[in-house]
Amino acid sequence: MLFLQFFLNGLLIGGLYALLALGIVLIYKATHVFNFALGEMLAVGAFLLYTFMFFAGLPAWIAIPLTIVSAMMLGLCVERVGLRPLLGQPILASIMATLSISLILRGITLFVWGSPTVSLQEKIMPTKAMRMGDLFLSNELIWTFVVSTVLFIFLLLFFRFTKTGLFMRATAEGHDVAQAAGINVERIFALTWGIAAVVAAAGGIMLGNRFGIGITTLPMMGIKAFPVVLLGGLESIPGAIIGGLMIGVLESLVSGFADPQLAEISPYIVLLLVLLIRPEGLFGLKRIERI
Amino acid sequence: MAIIRTRKHWVLTILALAVLFSLPLFLSGRVLHFINLVGITMIAAQGLNLLTGCAGQISLGQSAFMAVGAYSSALLCVHCGFPFWLALPSSALISGLVGVVVGTPSLRIKGFYLAMATLAAQMIIPWLVINVRTDLTGGSNALLVPAPVLFGFTFSSQQSLFYLIIPLTCLTLFLVRNLMRSRIGRAFIAVRDNDLAAEMMGISLLKYKLLAFFLSSVYAGLAGCLWAHWMRAISPDQFNILESIWFLGMIIVGGMGSVVGVAFATVFIKFFDIVITLFSPSLTSFMSPQLAQDMAAGLGPFVFGFIILVFLILEPRGLAHRWDIAKAYFRLWPFKY
Repeated sequence: MLFLQFFLNGLLIGGLYALLALGIVLIYKATHVFNFALGEMLAVGAFLLYTFMFFAGLPAWIAIPLTIVSAMMLGLCVERVGLRPLLGQPILASIMATLSISLILRGITLFVWGSPTVSLQEKIMPTKAMRMGDLFLSNELIWTFVVSTVLFIFLLLFFRFTKTGLFMRATAEGHDVAQAAGINVERIFALTWGIAAVVAAAGGIMLGNRFGIGITTLPMMGIKAFPVVLLGGLESIPGAIIGGLMIGVLESLVSGFADPQLAEISPYIVLLLVLLIRPEGLFGLKRIERI
Repeated sequence: MAIIRTRKHWVLTILALAVLFSLPLFLSGRVLHFINLVGITMIAAQGLNLLTGCAGQISLGQSAFMAVGAYSSALLCVHCGFPFWLALPSSALISGLVGVVVGTPSLRIKGFYLAMATLAAQMIIPWLVINVRTDLTGGSNALLVPAPVLFGFTFSSQQSLFYLIIPLTCLTLFLVRNLMRSRIGRAFIAVRDNDLAAEMMGISLLKYKLLAFFLSSVYAGLAGCLWAHWMRAISPDQFNILESIWFLGMIIVGGMGSVVGVAFATVFIKFFDIVITLFSPSLTSFMSPQLAQDMAAGLGPFVFGFIILVFLILEPRGLAHRWDIAKAYFRLWPFKY
């Protein structure tokens, strides 16, 4: 029974990890840039909602769309300022670019919102635990899981059935080919960053709702998405889901049955094992190199 | 081509060294503190320069290797009673061996994936310090380190530490510069440019990739050991991931694979850092203390991230390229070209 309890908790948290991983996978698929700034984008998204709700005093149903729009703007800005001038540069340039963007966002967050961890005074999700037989499930986590699932389905439908989604899938297949077919690849890159920033903001809001909003806590949660992405495979959206659930369950089980301290580090041990045994992850593409 | 070629170079080098080593006679302790900090940082940055700039293996774990050096030296001195002259090379060696272990995945993976593997090391090593044998390491609390003693002389002031740290920094610069023009350095560059082609031409990837990791971590361990005996108190949060990003940033700002450029970049970035810590209180003095503290904490990452981004976009070849331009200007003067 205890096992089932930890397993379900892990599964629910894993849904959130999968959403965070999606923020990285989307960008990597389209632009071949790994978004190291994810953690700071989470924090900025959560702080934006906090500002709209408690400084501007707006109700949640206005504040959340406003947050989505501003997160989209943030994503577009990041792409235009930091990544577009570096198109076609070696891999270290793109890694350093997203790292320096994460530093800049961290600086801005400290300027504007300061270092203390705040919490939403008025929770946007129900907080009580739900009881099912002998199992206790946090309502918050169930809601988080539901919202993540809805976002996932929405994005999958978007990629499947809209023209822009088709363009994005084409761009992921090959930049040159997409360009030759008349797709404005730079615009698709910008759009991808925008969508990923919205996904990150959604993840940040839900994490912030549960763990508090702060520049120290949220980026640490963001880093946890890296092992998830590599386990699932860098280019794979289903991989992000399965990887997220696996890491969530693993963390929860280790923390329940072995040692909470060990749970903190277990995703990185998995990351090392994945890199040693199967670097492309569960569902990633294996790259064959020629001189 | 030798590093020091003409009589003029010799005269200039000896003059520069004479000026450098007479600095403690008329500089205050705070300035010397800054110079020592730059010296230690420069050793670790040059190590990373060998690995990332020269051999092309991206590492996000340089400060974790510094932690290995710092903690092994401190533990050897405190618990095993090692004298400083023995603890220094042994801690560098231990760090080098850890570097080889962390570098092993580089035989299978490269580029971004390798960066992730070193990131995992960067997360795991401080965790080990915090959670394993906390009776020895002090866990997340500070571990006190004795002052270094050589030949019965105790290096306790910034003046005396200057004469310990700066010669080692100069030696590092000389060794790294020398290595780059040797067979090993050429092999590193071949591996960086295309590792498959390098292997076809008879360069053993196993040997040279692991050698690059070993040397880089040896320098990081040396820097960590000096850091421990210079700070006199070490804790795991001094060696976090941000520090590793700073080292990578120094290499970008300096210019990949250039010893002079990275040396300039270390001074440049540490100088910015010190200016920000000195002047942000006066900039924010009119605000409430908490707000002023947050502003000061935010200014550092903001400025630093901005500098890296500007260099990436506008001058990817770094300060080394600017230095070459300046040298060419003076050589050709009064002609333009």
